[in-house]
Amino acid sequence: MAEKGIGARVPRKEDLRFITGRGRYTDDINQPGQAYAVFVRSPHAHARIRRIDKAPALALPGVLAVLDGQDVAADGLGNLICGWLVKSKDGSPMKMGKHPLLAQEKVRYVGDRVAVVVAETLAQAKDAAEALVVEYEELPAVVDLAGAHEGPLVHDEIPNNLCYDWELGDKAAVEAAFARAHHVTRMELVNNRLVPNAMEPRAAIGHYDPGQDAFTLYLTSQNPHVHRLVISAFIGIAPEHKLRVVAPDVGGGFGSKIFIYGEECVVLWASKKIGGRPVKWTAERSESFLTDAHGRDHVSRAELALDKDGNFLALRVNTKANLGGYMSTFSSCIPTYLYATLLAGQYKTPAIYCDVQAYYTNTAPVDAYRGAGRPEASFLLETLIDQAAMEMRMDPAEIRRKNFIPKTAFPYQTPVALVYDTGDYEACLDEALRLVDYAGFPARRAQSEKNGKLRGIGICCYIEACGIAPSAVVGSLGAGVGLWESAKVRFTHTGKVQVLTGTHTHGQGHETTFSQLVAEKLGVPYEDVEVIHGDTEKTPVGMGTYGSRSLAVGGEALVRACDKIIAKGKKIAAHLLEASEADIEFKDGKFTVAGTDKSKTIGEIVFAAYVPHNYPAGLEPGMEETAFFDPPNFTFPSGTYVCEVEVDPQTGEVDVVKFVAVDDFGNVINPMIVEGQVHGGLVQGIGQALLEGVRYDAGGQLLTGSYMDYCMPRADDVPSFEVHTARGTACTSNSMGVKGCGEAGAIGAPAAVINAITNAIGVRVEMPATPERVWRAIQSRPMAKAAE
Amino acid sequence: MRISMTVNGKAVSGEVEPRTLLVEFLRNQLGLTGTHVGCDTSQCGCCVVHVDGVSAKSCTMLAVQADGCSVTTIEGLAQGGKLHPLQQAFHEHHGLQCGFCTPGMIMSAADLLQRNPDPTEHEVREWLEGNLCRCTGYHNIVKAILAAAQTMRATAKAAE
Repeated sequence: MAEKGIGARVPRKEDLRFITGRGRYTDDINQPGQAYAVFVRSPHAHARIRRIDKAPALALPGVLAVLDGQDVAADGLGNLICGWLVKSKDGSPMKMGKHPLLAQEKVRYVGDRVAVVVAETLAQAKDAAEALVVEYEELPAVVDLAGAHEGPLVHDEIPNNLCYDWELGDKAAVEAAFARAHHVTRMELVNNRLVPNAMEPRAAIGHYDPGQDAFTLYLTSQNPHVHRLVISAFIGIAPEHKLRVVAPDVGGGFGSKIFIYGEECVVLWASKKIGGRPVKWTAERSESFLTDAHGRDHVSRAELALDKDGNFLALRVNTKANLGGYMSTFSSCIPTYLYATLLAGQYKTPAIYCDVQAYYTNTAPVDAYRGAGRPEASFLLETLIDQAAMEMRMDPAEIRRKNFIPKTAFPYQTPVALVYDTGDYEACLDEALRLVDYAGFPARRAQSEKNGKLRGIGICCYIEACGIAPSAVVGSLGAGVGLWESAKVRFTHTGKVQVLTGTHTHGQGHETTFSQLVAEKLGVPYEDVEVIHGDTEKTPVGMGTYGSRSLAVGGEALVRACDKIIAKGKKIAAHLLEASEADIEFKDGKFTVAGTDKSKTIGEIVFAAYVPHNYPAGLEPGMEETAFFDPPNFTFPSGTYVCEVEVDPQTGEVDVVKFVAVDDFGNVINPMIVEGQVHGGLVQGIGQALLEGVRYDAGGQLLTGSYMDYCMPRADDVPSFEVHTARGTACTSNSMGVKGCGEAGAIGAPAAVINAITNAIGVRVEMPATPERVWRAIQSRPMAKAAE
Repeated sequence: MRISMTVNGKAVSGEVEPRTLLVEFLRNQLGLTGTHVGCDTSQCGCCVVHVDGVSAKSCTMLAVQADGCSVTTIEGLAQGGKLHPLQQAFHEHHGLQCGFCTPGMIMSAADLLQRNPDPTEHEVREWLEGNLCRCTGYHNIVKAILAAAQTMRATAKAAE
């Protein structure tokens, strides 16, 4: 291993600009002649737009334009789309309600975009937005899943608000297994709706340059090329070759910045409407709460059939998923292909059936949020198993162990479509139980009891599928795009390396990890590698960063580009060393004739490629290679999380006193960065379990619309963690053996926390397990318990 | 209204509206974009700067209130080309990911350490109540602050 190569805990190269205040986020960028956009948003959850009177707004100083849905229609702009076609049980396609850039005829959630005001200054734009007159005819709203089927229609043309009714698995086999079960555990679960809350609010600067007849969009995006594609091909603002999308430093995404929203399209279009001045929009946090795509929001019924020894026979799940007022960019696949396919978990359950009804409601659109479908699956399965263990009077660790897919069974075909390549679930469980001192728990519980506290321990053995994804597979399931990734490796004359990646880093540390990878592969100094990303005019076309794919897919593209460099280098070296190409070996940055001390450094070879005075005949000069990589399978990280809580029975307050995470991420490039990804995911998972939850009132007003009302995890809400990533089973879908690590924490933590609370108080509490809910649950315990 | 103040050791002045926030003055008029705006309710702490040596949320202060004050932003923390021990520790302990909350975190922590040079983990976590981070889970931020505190104590002792 090179000092800063694979496996080294290298501090990040991107840090310097951030710790000195020199990051460059979208809102930090100002351009000459820049105008400001403010959106006028619906105050109603559901209403018909009767009339919009622009005159009072247009009359105010500094106002350059007021645009509404009629202007969007008049210019023939296309609708926002969902890029993944899911089909219902009967084969019919999902019903996608029209999603215009600015509302036409109806508004469908509080915060829906009605109009945009563009003015010389932000203050003028705000004043004019206030002055715009919009007359609404309020309509009854449908807000939650319970009322969705019979409720008022969000899209008049979509009966029962039902977007699709989808299924996966062998229903008959599952029914047969239930018929012969010794025991059935049943559970109703809510997976609470969350707001992603990247710390940097969304922002965009659209600029039409009339001289070039070309557009530039600076944007908070996880995938600038996907933005370019959709804005060009579906919205129709600019042809793809005339649109440059730049995602500079981006302050966190967690899924919410994957999607193509109306705002960025509108500022781009508005720039042309006002004659080519740049138009900037930056969301206020209130707008983020109202309009960033939310996450989760499932209501499920789950049943697990067991034999008398606690072996799982079958799993049956029905889930209702809330899509919000419109479909978002990938919203259809989250509660289906990224959810039900994970219901096998780490277990050899032979038969699984899941059906999912996805409904429109008058709430913000719901789409991928860290984990996207997998946290919902993991939470459902892992709390259900704990319930089963309790009912069967088995130890929660042992019932899991009994049902694990054994490590000798890989590759393993689950009954819900996925083929797991590698794993060793028992190793992670054993390690986690050892680290948490599982055997010592009863003594710790007794100690807590002496202090008047109820102590509980909870396990979650999660699995997830990430490194999305084999294009042919996702294509057959309805994806509208391929999910390969790209990388270009470019040497300069002086032997420095530019890496251009189609992925985007917004906290994940790609500039460091990819530099380590290239340093190791090509034997060049880590400091000599520069990673460039986030600009459609610089990097090869890429699909971006989400679904924990950047290293497993983008990193493998980079490895293959390096391989091409080495292959070309061997040809040059063979020529210069007067040897046969087959005899040239490459190692540690040197091309050597096998069995001799004749060698050339990679720097010498690169120089020869750019100054080809003595060069192989017919070989192209230069040293720059591009590779695209389409993975043969997902990667399947897995692990065991154990949470220990203390509950104060007087107040219902839950204190997470211990949290152990043992993850199998395969091989690891930079353990420090990987652990950091887990820490962050864990706190998002703990946040979901204890603190966070979106509430709309019955009329569809968002009650949790600020940090005063939506409880974000703060430093004093969480403990320090014990995170271990050492026991990896190498992934077989990429040459590095790596698995994705970005979402695991958020996937595994909620069930561990809730199981710990259940273990402490004897009753299961819905998420978020707020002190009030926990206290009420304690009060509701059966008399026998209370009399103890 | 005309205001004057010292920002990162330099005298500056500018014309602002009465409603201009200190953070707007710093970002838009002085071009000091290291101070960020992450919310509109004084909760997230991305905008923390020092005003007369004390940490303050610059989104919750009018620019005119800082008239005549000495303001330090993240851009002014490193002295003589040398990173502040907190900046160094955030780097070494991976106390940042996307970097958006980082300036506020560091400025806030700097105030903590001048008040309490030897905080416990619990005290650090309590102090950070007013600073949100969505990436790091706080684990490495806390670690970095404790490490910086140790470095600063050692430096202070060596100077004695």
